[in-house]
Amino acid sequence: MTTESAAIEAQNLTKRFGDVLAVDAVDFDVRRAEVFGFLGPNGAGKTTTINMLIGLARPTAGIIRFFGRDVTRDVKMAQHLMGVVPDESNLYPELNGFENLCFCAALYGMRRRQREASAKDLLARFGLADAAGRPFAAYSKGMKRKLAIAAGIIHEPPILFLDEPTTGIDVASARHIRQMLADLNRAGTTIFLTTHYIEEAERLCDRIAFLVDGRLARLDTLANLVRDVEDRHVVELAISRGEADLSARLEGAFPEGRFERVSDSVLRMRTARPTHLAPLVRFLEEHGVGVIEARVIRPSLEEVFVAITGIELERMRKEKERGGHPS
Amino acid sequence: MKAWIAYWSILRKDMRTYYLKPPNVSWGIIFPLAWTLMFFIKSGSAVDVRSLLPGVMALSILFGTTSMLAVTVTFEKKGRSFDRLLLAPIPLGLLMLAKTSGAVFFGVLNAFVPVVMAAFVADLGGVAWWQVFAAVVLIALSSTFLGLFIAVSVSEVFEAQTFSNFFRFPMVFLCGLFFPIEKLPVVLRPLSYVLPLTYGADLLHGGVNRAATMPALLSLPVLAGFCVVLFGVSLWNLRRTWIG
Repeated sequence: MTTESAAIEAQNLTKRFGDVLAVDAVDFDVRRAEVFGFLGPNGAGKTTTINMLIGLARPTAGIIRFFGRDVTRDVKMAQHLMGVVPDESNLYPELNGFENLCFCAALYGMRRRQREASAKDLLARFGLADAAGRPFAAYSKGMKRKLAIAAGIIHEPPILFLDEPTTGIDVASARHIRQMLADLNRAGTTIFLTTHYIEEAERLCDRIAFLVDGRLARLDTLANLVRDVEDRHVVELAISRGEADLSARLEGAFPEGRFERVSDSVLRMRTARPTHLAPLVRFLEEHGVGVIEARVIRPSLEEVFVAITGIELERMRKEKERGGHPS
Repeated sequence: MKAWIAYWSILRKDMRTYYLKPPNVSWGIIFPLAWTLMFFIKSGSAVDVRSLLPGVMALSILFGTTSMLAVTVTFEKKGRSFDRLLLAPIPLGLLMLAKTSGAVFFGVLNAFVPVVMAAFVADLGGVAWWQVFAAVVLIALSSTFLGLFIAVSVSEVFEAQTFSNFFRFPMVFLCGLFFPIEKLPVVLRPLSYVLPLTYGADLLHGGVNRAATMPALLSLPVLAGFCVVLFGVSLWNLRRTWIG
């Protein structure tokens, strides 16, 4: 695929806030009709990068192109091409679902009959037809996310930016949203996605970029990214409750491994080569921790994330869900 | 055409969700009544309603527009729904005109509430209505753009209120509405002439009581100039801070 066919191009994109370099000479392109994952730890510069692309922040340096057209100096020229779903459902609490969608459609210049028809259609597709007349403030979190996505696509943009579309919502709504996104992509919409749910990125994205400390650490297809960590060995142990400093004590006793408490009752061990489990199980039992089950985990994008960022994903996700600030 | 669809929708939504809500409508009625009552108590006798009218009209506009716009824009910015407007493919100037048009309209309506009340108790014959209307519209525009300037300079709703009062109260006492400018201390007089309300109040005094101290042909363009400068500075500040 040639550069000319890219939906979005960022060249040497840089953003500085005073002395802080938030985004440091980032280069990437997003191909037409692909789902592009943009991952990184909290504070990596993801939201700042997105804000530059959508026109809510001005780059300190670099070039932004949409479908080959340079819009760096005025992204407003390209705003009719994009739909944006921010990480917070920022619709109007006093308007109902139908009115919110009609208002958003009007912002893109859609005429009354057209916007009302589109709003009705989207409310039905997102399973919100029965709640169309209810104020947005009375919606559940999952319904709010669905309506925010519907608002982002009401003008049928060729590019959709999604910031954490499923964070903090129920499983059924998250599944429905992923299905809707897959359908949109099949219909030709280019999707730029940031998420802390690595399995979501794994399931939806064609290519993934990792941003660490404002720099692009890696950009590749899922298959190529996972190939790099195929030689890593991950074992997950189901344990009875252990002390909070268990991982640190294990790393002291088994320096060849990295240990992560996924939850109170799940411990994950990563090593560069196959390891005998007997000494580990013995160590745990000597310290009063029962081992109930052990299973080998197939290398996944999560391993790639940990390898690139050095950050345990589970911790980061919990921080985000507790209201940690996006970068 | 598409941009005007957006303009009209923003204006209609703001009128519905902010300005024409019962608390604001009641504010528009109670505020001029309260000011008139205050002067009545101060004078201890019957008040000359017609002489009070320019002051009450100007204050109704000033307090109604600056508060409403500063608070609603700050509120939307804090809730991030304002980002949705910034992402719309319409020129920033038109977007901000749409956001401010509701407040201007609200200010104009507020100004005529005391006029309607006065019509029942005083003879309003001989009022130069064209001048009164021009003054009302220009005071509403300049006060609204002052509210916009405040809104883009703060990040919290309470800051918007505090900052509004920082401008409003000195303006009320220095603009010549209640104390003639020539009776102010000499050091304060120059300040009066850099306040938009001074020119608006003089236009109203001229229109209602034929008691202007400056020619209307001076006050009108000066007031219009204040509107252009306040709107321009607000847009510049918005681009610098919100799309920085």
